[in-house]
This record gives sequence, C-alpha cells and structure tokens, in this order.
Amino acid sequence: MPTLSVFLDVPLAPKIGSKLLDEFKQDQNPNKVYLAYGVCMTGDGVPWLSPVVPKTLMKLANDPSFSYECQPEQGLDAFVRVTTELLVGRHSPAIVDNRVGGVQTIGGNGAIQLGAKFLKDWYPGSRSVYIQSAQKDQHGLIFQEQGFIIREYTIWDPYRLVSDVGKLIEVAEQAYDKSILVIYNPGSFVLPRKKWMKLSKTIKKKQIFLFFDVPHQGFLSGDPDRDSKILHYFVSHGFEFFCSQSLSNSFGLYDERTSNLVVVAMNNKALLCIRSQLTIYARYLWGSPPALGSRVITTVLSNPALRVEWKKSLRGMVENIMLTREKVKEKLRLLGTPGSWEHITQQDGIHSFLGISVDQVNYLVKKKHVYIPKSGQINFTCINSHNIDYIAQSINEAILAIGPGPEPREPPPKPPPSRPDSKDSKLLGIKAPGAKPSPFAALFRK
Amino acid sequence: MADRDFLLPQRSTVRTMRERLVSPVRDFRIDALGAGAGPRPGGVRALAAALGLTMPVSVFADVPQAQPVLVFKLTADFRKDPDPRKVNLGVGAYRTDESQPWVLPVVRKVQQQIAANESINHEYLPILGLPEFRSNASRIALGDDSPAIKENRIGSVQGLGGTGALRIGAEFLRRWYNGTKNAATPVYVSSPTWENHNGVFSAAGFTDIRSYHYWDASKRGLDLQGMLQDMENAPEFSIFVLHACAHNPTGTDPTPEQWEKIASVMKRRFLFPFFDSAYQGFASGDLDKDAWAVRYFVNEGFELFCAQSFSKNFGLYNERVGNLIVVGKDGDNVLRVLSQMEKIVRVVWSNPPAQGARIVATTLSSPELFSEWRDNVKTMADRILLMRAELRSRLEALGTPGTWSHITDQIGMFSFTGLSAKQVEYLINEKHIYLLPSGRINMCGLTTKNLDYVATSIHEAVTKIQ
Repeated sequence: MPTLSVFLDVPLAPKIGSKLLDEFKQDQNPNKVYLAYGVCMTGDGVPWLSPVVPKTLMKLANDPSFSYECQPEQGLDAFVRVTTELLVGRHSPAIVDNRVGGVQTIGGNGAIQLGAKFLKDWYPGSRSVYIQSAQKDQHGLIFQEQGFIIREYTIWDPYRLVSDVGKLIEVAEQAYDKSILVIYNPGSFVLPRKKWMKLSKTIKKKQIFLFFDVPHQGFLSGDPDRDSKILHYFVSHGFEFFCSQSLSNSFGLYDERTSNLVVVAMNNKALLCIRSQLTIYARYLWGSPPALGSRVITTVLSNPALRVEWKKSLRGMVENIMLTREKVKEKLRLLGTPGSWEHITQQDGIHSFLGISVDQVNYLVKKKHVYIPKSGQINFTCINSHNIDYIAQSINEAILAIGPGPEPREPPPKPPPSRPDSKDSKLLGIKAPGAKPSPFAALFRK
Repeated sequence: MADRDFLLPQRSTVRTMRERLVSPVRDFRIDALGAGAGPRPGGVRALAAALGLTMPVSVFADVPQAQPVLVFKLTADFRKDPDPRKVNLGVGAYRTDESQPWVLPVVRKVQQQIAANESINHEYLPILGLPEFRSNASRIALGDDSPAIKENRIGSVQGLGGTGALRIGAEFLRRWYNGTKNAATPVYVSSPTWENHNGVFSAAGFTDIRSYHYWDASKRGLDLQGMLQDMENAPEFSIFVLHACAHNPTGTDPTPEQWEKIASVMKRRFLFPFFDSAYQGFASGDLDKDAWAVRYFVNEGFELFCAQSFSKNFGLYNERVGNLIVVGKDGDNVLRVLSQMEKIVRVVWSNPPAQGARIVATTLSSPELFSEWRDNVKTMADRILLMRAELRSRLEALGTPGTWSHITDQIGMFSFTGLSAKQVEYLINEKHIYLLPSGRINMCGLTTKNLDYVATSIHEAVTKIQ
C-alpha cells in the first residue's frame, strides 16, 4: 500500500459561496442587513412558502395510496404536462400540434445542464453562448464545462437606468451564426412591434438558438400566465427553443429542486427524438428526478381551488414587493436624497438594480453594514418594515458622502478608434465603432 | 481557434426598396388582454398551410430517437398483458406478498412528522447536501467504530440516488485521479453488472471501460480465478467497481475469505476500489453483515469511494437518496477532494433535493426510529429469503433438471437463474412470466400465490427447450 495518498495532487478548490454572506454572518453590528438572499423573504424575515404547500404536503402524507415507486426518467407525465401548459398556455398551437414537451430536472441548473449537453452534441456549428452578466456565475459555468465560449451581455443600462430590451437586437446582430442566446427572465420584456420583427428576423436568419430561463414564473406581474405571454409569441412565430422553468421557486419549495426543461420543436417527431436524448443524459446524471416537489406542484396546479389559492399568494407577494419599492422611493424622496429614483419602481420582479456606484456600495457595506453585491442589484423582499428606515437612511448617507445620486443620462459616446481601417477590424469584419462609412465604400459594396 | 474569426456574418448595408416604405407602426405590447395586436391564430403554421408552403424543418431533424431502458420496456409489456396469470419478475423494486409496493411503516411515520412540522425551512440545501444525512449515512456504511471516522479521514457528498453518487465520484476521478492519465484510466466493471455502470462512467468521460470476470455460467457461481487474474493483469491504479453486497444481477457475492484474496491483490497492484452499496440490510437482513466487505477494505487501509443508495432499503425509490463516501489517508486529502467535488456538484445540480435525505436522517438519528427501520428492513429481507427457499424446494421436488442450490446460495433481490435466452423467451411468450433475457429474476416478484405457477413454468421451460 503506498503510504502516499492517491489524492495527493488534488488542489484545494476555492470555497464556493458568497463572500458577502460570510462577511454578513461575521458582522456583529445589531443593525446589519443582508439584501442579497437568493430566495424570496416574507415580512418577518423568513423564506417565503406559499400556504398551499404545507396543506398539500399534509394531504400527500396522509394519502394511503401514496407510494415511493420509481418514476420515469423524464419525470411524472402529469407534472410535465401541467407545468408545460403553465408556460406555453393551455391553448397553445404547439400543444395542439403536439410539438411541445418537457423533462423534469433538478432545478434550473439541471435544466440548463441537460440543454447544454444536448446542444453540444446535436447542434453542430454552435460555439458561443451569449449570457447575461448577472447569470454568468450561475449558468455560464455549465456551458463552459461543455466547451462553449461564454460571451456576456447586459440588458440593464447603467446610464439611462432602464432595462433596455433593445440591446438584445444589438447582441443578435453581432452574434456569431448558430450561437446560443440565453435570455433570463423575459417576462417583462416590452418592445415596439418593429423592433420585435427585427429581432425575430435577425435571430432566424442567423439560426441563433434561444434558451430561455424563467426563474420564478409569477413573480413579475403576480400572474404566472401573464409572465409567460412572451413565450407564447415565440411559439406562434415558429421558433424552436428550450426554456428552463424553475417551478419550485414559484412555490417557495427551494429545497426540492423541481424544475422543467421545456422543449418547443418544429414537429412531433423532432420533439420525441429530442426528449429521448435528454432522457439519456438525465439517466446517467440522476437516474430519475425526485418526486415530492413534482407531486406537490402537480396536485396544486391540477386542483382548481388550490391553483387559485396559489395564484393569490403569488399576487400578494408581488403586491408587497411593489409596495416596498414605492416606500423606498418615497422615503428617499422625503429624505431629500439627491438623484432620481424612478428606476426603483420601474423595474419589476424580486431583484432590481439600485443604480448606485461601486464606491457607494462599498460605503454601505463597510460603514452602514448594509450588505449589497457590487452590481447594486438587491433582493427587495429582504426589505421589511423593521429595516426599511435604516436602509433608506443609509442609502441617503452613502449618496451624500460619496458622489452624485443616480441620474439617467446619455451613455458616453463611444471613443472613435485611432485607426479606423486597422488590420484587426478588417480581419474580424466588424466596422470600428464610430467610424463613418467612407464615401468610396459604396463603390465596393456588393 | 483562428478560423472562427472569419465566420462573423457580413452585415449587408444595401437598402432595399421594401425597407424604405413606411409601415404602419403598431405598438406590439404583449399584455394580458391580448388586444388583438397579437399574432394571428395558428401562427406561422396556419399561414404556411394556407399559402401551400412547406413547413420549415427543425434544426434538430437529424437527432435520432434514443432507446428506452430494457427493464422499463419489460414492465410496460407486462402492464399491457391481459393474461390473469402474468407475473413480473423483471422489475427492480420490493413487492409484498400481494405484489404491491410497500411503503415502510417507519417511512410513513416520519413523512407525516415532516409534513406536520411547520418550522422546516425550505431554503436550498448546502451544495454537499444535508449534513445530518451525510454523517448518519456514512456511519451506517462504515460502522460506528470505524477507524476512518475516528481518525477524521472520511467525507461525504449527498447524491441523487446511487446513480448521482456514482456520477459525482466518476466525474471527480476523471478529472483528478491518476496523474495525467485521468480519463484514460481503465475502469473495470463486473461481467455482468448493472447496466447503468457503463453508462455513468462513460458519460463522466472515461474512455476505457473494461469488464472483469465475475459470473461463471457453467458452475453458476463466482469466477474467482478469472476475477483475480484480471486484477493481476490490470494496469496499476485502475479503478474497479465492486458491489458491496447482493451483486446485481447475479446475486452472487464473494465470501469473506474470497474478499480477503481480492483485497490483497488490489493492494499489491494499487487498484482503486469504488464500491456500489445499494442493498445494505436488504441482502441478509443484517446491516453490519452486509457492510462487511466495505469495512474490511477500510480496515486494510485502502483509500476508496462508496456510492450508497437508500432507494431499496428505505423503499424511497423516487426520492433519489444517495451518498458518496470518500475514505482517504488523512483529513487534509479528504478536505481537498471534497472541495473539488463541491465544484462538480455546483455545475451538475447545484443543490440536492431535501425530502428523501430528511426522512433518512430523521430515522437514522433517532434510536427508536432506527430500530423500527431495522425491523422493516429485516421484514423485506426475510420475505426474500423465504421465496428463495420455497422456489428451490419446489424445483427440486419437481425434479427439474440441473442444480438449483444457487437460488438459495445467492443473496439479495436478484437471482441469476441460469436460464438460456430461448427459455426466457418461452417463459415470456407462452407463460406470461416476465424476466430479463439474461435470466435474472427479482425474487420480490414471487408470492405465495404464484410460486407454484412459476416453478412449474420453469420446469416446463427447462425440459422443453434445451
């Protein structure tokens, strides 16, 4: 027996987990607040759980016909059916044509995992994945493991302080052919019709594959059907796409990791083949998905009374969040905090950008023990009646201490390139930003 | 890749006539009222059909249909069979004497306890899993007095069933084991073995998966000589997947003396043991007896992995409860291994599901519940032992040609009957008795009501078909 371990050369991996959270935990200050929890919190500072869940858990526990028999590899058929319907709508043309289906996965992570593996194996020619900067650490790693190149983009415009969906058009225009575009939380996207048509055309022309990520359906508008309306558009306009639907987040059942990878294909045959391949990946990753979460969700969604109660609880949460946003904006106004805070109420969902600078964030973390990530994106459910005053005052102090408050302004003009016809831009085929086309260029245009 | 840079699309700057026309601007907002600004009903497909155009082809048109698992197909055929005498000896789950699935009474009790507990926090579990589950599960496998636990040189990762635990272990070994060889390290699985072993290690990236001799069809027992020979010939540091007890599919386990021989060869050849322990308690009814092999290897100073599954011995098939145990030379090595495994889990499923782990942890950490669980497990194991004895005695009473002692020599849920493929076909088609083409039967499919029918059918198959 060798006296040395076979694991001798294994390096210590850096600890996963938020440094911010560790700092928060070690902080002794009684006023400390953490505003970056990944889960939805209630007003009492505990994670939210929809009231239908404990009810359903009791019902299942007392059901004499309840058994733990093996599930199919792709999950309960009933679960996949009701959740896919929740996403694409019961009367979706895709359901009528039987070309939409799903596979139950372990959380949104598992869904992206299956989707990424599938695209690696079966979508030849795709090498780049365009993913939002905020999601890079979460899901970018998964694509990277499969061998894709990650390219970041962001919808949030830190200058105009709005979520500019038009940026997607830029991303699509500059994207490589056959690349994958991961769109996070599309439920609140609004674009004028012409721009939608342009986006659609560009995506189709370049064969960009859309991979949607719906992290908590229902938390944008309070109505899950309304949140997924945008996907109905993509379905009826002949797009093929994947969508990672993290169901358990919409119920507060974070620990059961119940999600659905929805596949919308061109026809039934393609759907069946895609699903069968996804099932194989699932088989060798986790065998079959865990049952409890899917059972609870299927029971709630199939029972009209429970379904209504669930929607009501969602609406209640969303109304609370909207109220919190209004209150924060109002308090900042009353304190006379410099800057425009409209963007706080203009964004929706659980997480939103505060629009403050990195220095101001540092001030908040170090001096006021208000823990916010560097991006300035906070979880609004972490703000409750106990800490809202302290938070508003702290933000006020931070702005007054360091620099101006957030003010929507034009983005700085892109610097003209020093050599507009440099070798590099010729090679890459990109027109250098800011360079005007030469009047003689028309002679050489194809 | 230099060639990729030239594949950027050329943006056409030619203005077409069409684009210069002013199109009526309609604000296309998607709202709940769907105020008629939405897409036409039926969408692109209806339009295409109306214009007589062909539908666009899927970008995945060339994706082939993958095959379902054989066992599931067998069960599907069984369900469709209208014959009242039908028997399903193919499925891999426990059945009562009434051919029903059985929720362990202790599990039902704990499940109700958990459902009634209002203070349970449903936030994400840690990446490595529920701590109480991991420590208790490891303790069950290695024993309370394990030197490895005392010396603080074990670690564990909660996995999605035995499959998930195997996969994490395999992914780790493929990345970090055996110097630079990694994915080229040979992985040996028994011949035959659970079919998913091949798939899991292959999906994890191993390129050289071989089999080692295990089942001797002629003597219907363990081919120890072949197995030891394969181990002697295997390249050093190869990975060997060993079944801790109740070998699937043969039901044939090495005796303690045979395990000692295996261990000594593996030690000398620096071979890495990766145990698959899916049936602890289920095989003999005794948890410690079923864990003997794993504990022996640990006592001999091996570094090893052990993928545990609680699907069978807790009857929690669909909650996916598994645990990967890492035993190292010292705590520092284990710490580093676990840190890399955490990185792997983060990408695969990020956080494991809670329910199954909670049930197991609650049961194992309470003395009364633990002893109730032990009784439940013994109930299942005893029924299987009874069915084995009954089947063998009936076959011998009928004078069925051949020896049938292997039915009671073998252990656990499965038995390799030794029936040929043709005989299996006869049983399925003529007698509506479903079993795998390899001749593997699940003892739990036998009940006091169908024992006679099955025994006489096997007798017929063996005598009619050679």
